Amino acid sequence: MAYLVQLQKQFDDYRASLFNEGFLDDQFEQLQQLQDESNPDFVVEVVSLFFQDSERLLNELATSLDQQNTDYRKVDAHVHQLKGSSSSIGAQRVQRVCIAFRNFCEEQNTEGCLKCLQQVKHEYTLVKNKLETLFKLERQLLAARGSSFV
Amino acid sequence: MAAAGEVLRPNLPENVEVSGDSPSELHVLAVDDSLVDRKVIERLLKISSCKVTAVESGTRALQFLGLDGEKNSVGFNGLKVNLIMTDYSMPGMTGYELLKRIKESAAFREVPVVIMSSENILTRIDRCLEEGAEEFIVKPVKLSDVNRLKNFVMKGEGNDNQDKRLHKRKKLEDDNSTLSSLPPLFPSSSPVSRNLELRQHRSASPSSALSSPRCSLKRPRLQLTD
Repeated sequence: MAYLVQLQKQFDDYRASLFNEGFLDDQFEQLQQLQDESNPDFVVEVVSLFFQDSERLLNELATSLDQQNTDYRKVDAHVHQLKGSSSSIGAQRVQRVCIAFRNFCEEQNTEGCLKCLQQVKHEYTLVKNKLETLFKLERQLLAARGSSFV
Repeated sequence: MAAAGEVLRPNLPENVEVSGDSPSELHVLAVDDSLVDRKVIERLLKISSCKVTAVESGTRALQFLGLDGEKNSVGFNGLKVNLIMTDYSMPGMTGYELLKRIKESAAFREVPVVIMSSENILTRIDRCLEEGAEEFIVKPVKLSDVNRLKNFVMKGEGNDNQDKRLHKRKKLEDDNSTLSSLPPLFPSSSPVSRNLELRQHRSASPSSALSSPRCSLKRPRLQLTD
């Protein structure tokens, strides 16, 4: 019983930290509200789609910015998509970098873009790790609950 | 509440369901090129007891509606669409272009179309509303948005209020001529501001659901990070 309480606290604290540190915003809460018994994996599913989508976009961005003559409209289109999907799951820090990124695209500032690409990759990796940890803690908690007699 | 509702309510379509009662379940066509957003909007709609068809492009949407000019696309198995929600920025056909195609069609011009966009650009909002969009929602779309849309569409599908119903654009034109004699509440003369003036002028209870801050007509939701 104490173990269950401990797991719950660990999960709650970790989750709270993600919001406090700005990794996640209210939109993530909105997604959690859409999850229920009929769709118990909704959040994990959406986030998985976000991971897939982001990885694709980050690769495209690296390729596009590696060209001799960078097509900034294309770069901007990719960043716009990344901004959109990060906003849709509440990945606030990724979204913020995308906003700065788009400004550099508009200015056709290669150095700025490359810097933002690094930054957005960094933020993406951070939030991905955080979310994977969160989901792992949640699974542990659910498993413990499932096997508890209370 | 009734006043605000009149602004949004469309004319009764010719091909409305025979019963005249509100449909028990709305069928919404959602159009978005983002896989993540399609998943979210689909869930938002399903949790609100709507049937959903989610497609990835304007072209697919037109195919589904049978508006793509293909000989073999007969009335898409008769499943009536009560609401169309489309993203604005999509490769190929934009949401605006899709909106125009829908409004040009005899079969679907009365179906309410809502535009969704992550970008809060007044000229864009204006263009879409002028072209006949019912609403322009800044993403991310929330459950409260879907609830509001659902209520609006459900009310509009009934027969009862047919006489009181006014086409939104006509109402705006009438009111604008009245309002032009009033001092402007906002310095800008953009249509969004005009709509703001309209709401404040007309709505008796500021706390009514339809004039809540989530409604696009009232809201440029200016995010500081944008």
